[in-house]
Amino acid sequence: MPDKPIVEARGIHKHFGAHHVLKGVDLVLAERELAFVIGPSGSGKSTLLRCLNRLEDPSSGSVIVDGVDLLNPRTDINHARQRIGMVFQSFNLYPHMTALGNVTLALRKVAGRSRDDADALGHAALARVGLADRAGHTPGQLSGGQQQRVAIARAIALEPRVMLFDEPTSALDPELVGSVLGVMRDLRESGMAMVVVSHEMGFARNAADRVLFMDEGVIVEQGTPAEIFETPSHDRTRAFIGQIQRH
Amino acid sequence: MSNWDRFLDTFFNAKVMAKYLPDIAYGMLITVELAALVIVSGIVSGLALALLRSLGYRPVNLLIVFVVDLFRALPPLVIIVFIYFGLPAVDVSPSGFVSTWLSLTLVLMAFSEEIFWAGITSIARGQWEAARSTGLSYGQTLMNVVLPQALRLTIPPLTNRTIAITKGTALGTVVAVSEILGMASSAVSNSYNPSPLTLGAIAYLILFLPMVVFGRWLETRMAWKR
Repeated sequence: MPDKPIVEARGIHKHFGAHHVLKGVDLVLAERELAFVIGPSGSGKSTLLRCLNRLEDPSSGSVIVDGVDLLNPRTDINHARQRIGMVFQSFNLYPHMTALGNVTLALRKVAGRSRDDADALGHAALARVGLADRAGHTPGQLSGGQQQRVAIARAIALEPRVMLFDEPTSALDPELVGSVLGVMRDLRESGMAMVVVSHEMGFARNAADRVLFMDEGVIVEQGTPAEIFETPSHDRTRAFIGQIQRH
Repeated sequence: MSNWDRFLDTFFNAKVMAKYLPDIAYGMLITVELAALVIVSGIVSGLALALLRSLGYRPVNLLIVFVVDLFRALPPLVIIVFIYFGLPAVDVSPSGFVSTWLSLTLVLMAFSEEIFWAGITSIARGQWEAARSTGLSYGQTLMNVVLPQALRLTIPPLTNRTIAITKGTALGTVVAVSEILGMASSAVSNSYNPSPLTLGAIAYLILFLPMVVFGRWLETRMAWKR
C-alpha cells in the first residue's frame, strides 16, 4: 500500500430481502489508486460501489472514506458525499437544466458557493472534460458521450477525493466510448483515486493498478491487470475472462 | 310568431338580458372569487399532501390514500350538502359560499394530490441517486431536481382537472350561493324567461375558455427537449 487508504470498506454484507448480494467484501483503496472491478452481472459489483457512498446501506460491515465513517449515524452523509463523486451508467443528468446548471447545482446548494463562484468552477469543470463550449446546452441537445462527460464534470466540480464509476460506458454507442475513457484517463493521471465497475478491459489493462474479480457476492481474486488477465488463478476468473475476450 | 322568433325570444330576449346583466355580472364576480379560492387552496393542499406522502411514513400515507380516495369517490354535490346541512349539527354553520369552497377544495386537493404524486413517482430513481450522490439532501433533491420535472408532467392533467372541478362552483346554487348559475336561475324564475341562462352560459365561457387556452399554452411552453 503506497499511501494511507482513501477508501476502507471491511466485511461488507448486503441483503435485499432474502437475497444475499454481498457476502463479506473488503475493498481498500490507496490514494491515487485505480481499482477496476469486473465480474458477471448479478455478482454484486454495482451494489458494492453503491455501498461506498451509501446509496445502499450495507447490512453489516464498515465503510470509511477519507477518514469519515459513513455508517456512523452521526456522520453527515450529505457532507461526506461531496468527497465521493459518482458516475452512473445512465448519466442521470437533470434534463430541465443546462450542462452548467447540472454541474453547479450541488456547488451552490451543498458546497454553499455563490452563483458567480459556482459558475466559474462549473465552467472550469466542463473545460476539463472538453465541453467548455456546451455549457448552455441541455442534456437533450448533447450526445450520450457528451452527457456522460457532463456527469463526470458534475462530480469532479465538487473536488471529490475518490470517484466511483458504475459502468460509465455501457449505455454508449461504441464510437462515443473513447471520449469518456479519455476523460477518465486524464482524471487518473491527475492522481484521482477511482473505483471503476466496467467491461472496458482495454482500459483496465492500461489504466488500472489493480483488478478485482467478483462473483456471487465475493471478491474471488485480485491482482495487477497482467495477473488477472494473463494468469488468473481461479477457474471462475478464467472462465469469465475467456468469455469476455471471445466477444 | 315563427319558431325562430320564439327561439330568439326564449333564449336571447334582449330586454330580459339587459335587465339581469348586472345580476349575472355580480354572479361572475362571486364565481371568480370562489374559483380562485378553490384553485389556490385545492392545489396547494394537494401538493402539500403529495410532498408529505413522498416522505414515506406508512401510517401517514395510508391516511392520505384513504382521504384522497374518499374525496375522489364522493360527488362534490354530496360533500356540499353534507357540509352545509350536516355541520350545523355540531354547532358549525358555514355559509353556502364557505361550504362550496371547502367541498371543491377537498375534491381538487384529492385529485391534484394523485396527479402530483404520479408526477413525483414518474421521475426516474436515477435522478434521485445522482442528486443525492452529490450531497443534496432529500428536500433539496425534491425541490431542485424532482419537482421541477414532475410539475411539468402534471400540468396537462392538472389543468383539465382544475377546470372540471372549478366549474363545480355552479353547484353552490343549491346552497344559495349567488354565483353565475344561482343568479341566472333566480332571474329565470323572476322573468319567466330563460334568457338569463344564456347570459350565464356566456359568462361561463368568458371565464373558462381563457383557462382552457391558458392551460394549452402552459403545456407547450413547459415542454422541454429530452
